[in-house]
Amino acid sequence: MSQRGELPQWVDLGLIPLLNLAVALIVAGLVVVIIGENPFEAMWIMLDGAVGSLKGWGYLLYYATNFVFTGLAVAVAFHAGLFNIGGEGQAYMAGVGATAVGLGLEFLPWPIVIPLAILASMAVGAFWAWIPGILQAKRGSHIVITTIMFNFIAASLVGYLINYWFRPVGKMAVESREITGAYIMSFREVARDFFGVRVASSPLNFSVFLAIIAAVAVWYLLWRTRLGYEIRAFGANSSAAVYAGIKPDRIIVITMAISGALAGLMAVNEILGVQHRLVLGFVGGAGFVGIAVALMGRSHPVGIVLAAMLFGLLYQGGSELSFAKPGINRDMIVVIQGLVILFMGALEYAFRPALAALFFKAED
Amino acid sequence: MDLYAEILASTIRMSVPLVLAALAGLWSERSGIVDIGLEGKMLAAAFIAASASAVYGSAWIGLFFAILVSVGLALVHGYASINQRGNQVVSGVAINMLAAGLAVVLGNTWFKEGGRTPSLPPEGRFLPLDIPGVAALADVPVLGFLAKVFLSHSIITYVAIILVVLTAWSLSRTRFGLRLRAVGENPHAVDTAGISVAGLRYRAVIIAGVLCGLAGAFISTSLSSSFVRDMTAGSGFMALAALIFANWRPWRALFACLLFGFLQASGNYLQGVSLGGVQIPVQFINMLPYVLTVVLLAGFIGKSIPPRASGIPYTKDR
Repeated sequence: MSQRGELPQWVDLGLIPLLNLAVALIVAGLVVVIIGENPFEAMWIMLDGAVGSLKGWGYLLYYATNFVFTGLAVAVAFHAGLFNIGGEGQAYMAGVGATAVGLGLEFLPWPIVIPLAILASMAVGAFWAWIPGILQAKRGSHIVITTIMFNFIAASLVGYLINYWFRPVGKMAVESREITGAYIMSFREVARDFFGVRVASSPLNFSVFLAIIAAVAVWYLLWRTRLGYEIRAFGANSSAAVYAGIKPDRIIVITMAISGALAGLMAVNEILGVQHRLVLGFVGGAGFVGIAVALMGRSHPVGIVLAAMLFGLLYQGGSELSFAKPGINRDMIVVIQGLVILFMGALEYAFRPALAALFFKAED
Repeated sequence: MDLYAEILASTIRMSVPLVLAALAGLWSERSGIVDIGLEGKMLAAAFIAASASAVYGSAWIGLFFAILVSVGLALVHGYASINQRGNQVVSGVAINMLAAGLAVVLGNTWFKEGGRTPSLPPEGRFLPLDIPGVAALADVPVLGFLAKVFLSHSIITYVAIILVVLTAWSLSRTRFGLRLRAVGENPHAVDTAGISVAGLRYRAVIIAGVLCGLAGAFISTSLSSSFVRDMTAGSGFMALAALIFANWRPWRALFACLLFGFLQASGNYLQGVSLGGVQIPVQFINMLPYVLTVVLLAGFIGKSIPPRASGIPYTKDR
């Protein structure tokens, strides 16, 4: 028997999020109706495009890989009560690290270069989040604002670096030279080169395992280590945590660095796994999708993996949909993202009072 | 000389949406509601202004609908932040995404140009005012220069300046302004005095909506002649930066926006400035406003003091 005023756990953790998601999707369906299309047909095309074929699954998991990284990044910061909006910039900067190592050390064998490139991505991403962290800890600048500013600074800085440092002389396209030695092979390439099998083309590559490792590592860190406990304690009640001897500055800085390193891993999938070169704007909003994924996944790695797959489905299904129905623009995904963030984040408890009333009526 | 006049005039033009959005943020944040969604409201307004103006052939009708939609989004933010006590940053992020997505999706449906709106005729835009006698000044040495810098703007520019004055005056000199500032510093005191915290905050949020509507309409129907995707290009965030840079004060916000506008204008015109023989890439000029804001936030130049209750939902019974 739960106490009055408290709802059973399955309602708070299961029913309410599902209800919020349903409302977000219903509103998205209404938008589809407004633009004069059939929402059920649209949903069917999306589902079929994403999970109806091996190629669809490949793309779904490729997108999900990116979103797991950025979602974990946002979630780790959430646990410490910090809102890292800077995943976009951290991943973008991390791409510079990955490319610099991938191109600069290409004379070394790939088993050495790839781990180094992954570490470089994490290090640069961590660095780009560490600065806002230390500014918050030591100077009291608000992390939300600084990470937003750092997104814009990264956008200009990487643009400059590609233009002035990475772009081969005489080449028009604003991108770096191709990383030919140490890139992460896609499953399609592996199947073709080693097994002689042809599989449907998709950018899915070995980074997907890195995403699973990252999710497990985050779970272990947060719920099985002392640092994780301190992060969660600080996030739950910072003043009580201080009384318990937890140093706030240290937690803020370390958490932000971890968060940035996770966001930086997104560059591993995109640069080392797919593009094989540093291109302008390769992050493409994945940092912001991470916010939706973290909110939807309730900042828990399992939830994040599921939410990332749902967004992978939306992204892949969304592009199939825009091919099949030119009337529905691909940006419909951005609308759905916005609605998910609105209903699962800002209006999280909008339906809770009504549900609670319903429950206690049933109990009485 | 002409180039200087052009850059200064352009500085003012680039500053207008920043000033309006910064004032919007100022009203909202002085009342205790953090507004990350300035960008989204501006973008939605820019889209609706260009669309309505293209359909009805009048910039004023465009402006009307822009303000309507922007206030609508502001009310969503208000409902989430005031009634639901939701996370205000999350709500702002959601509004930015909703606006960015909906503008392209609806634009694509309405005009079939991949999210663009049709090019507006002159009567569908806010063009520079035709002030009598200004044309005659063009060749007069100093006056011609000044006229080119200050008198070559559309009506929204002058409205923006009036709004700075109005904001500064009403915040510091009226009862409403005093209460509004109080609710952003100490909502409990305001509540104890029998004044509605929610009511004041809703009013502030609506004012922010109106101002963002103006800013958006200016971008698509005065600076430009149609809407293209992501056309606000971060000005909402730059306005937020300017607001912080100005320490949440109206007059300082005007100057911060002029400074940032000048950086934008000179970036556009010079495509890289040469300082002592060294070329400064345009990317560095573009990032300067954000770098300056971070440096200021870190307390290296002056001290940044946000309204004390901003971002904290108000709970009555505690």
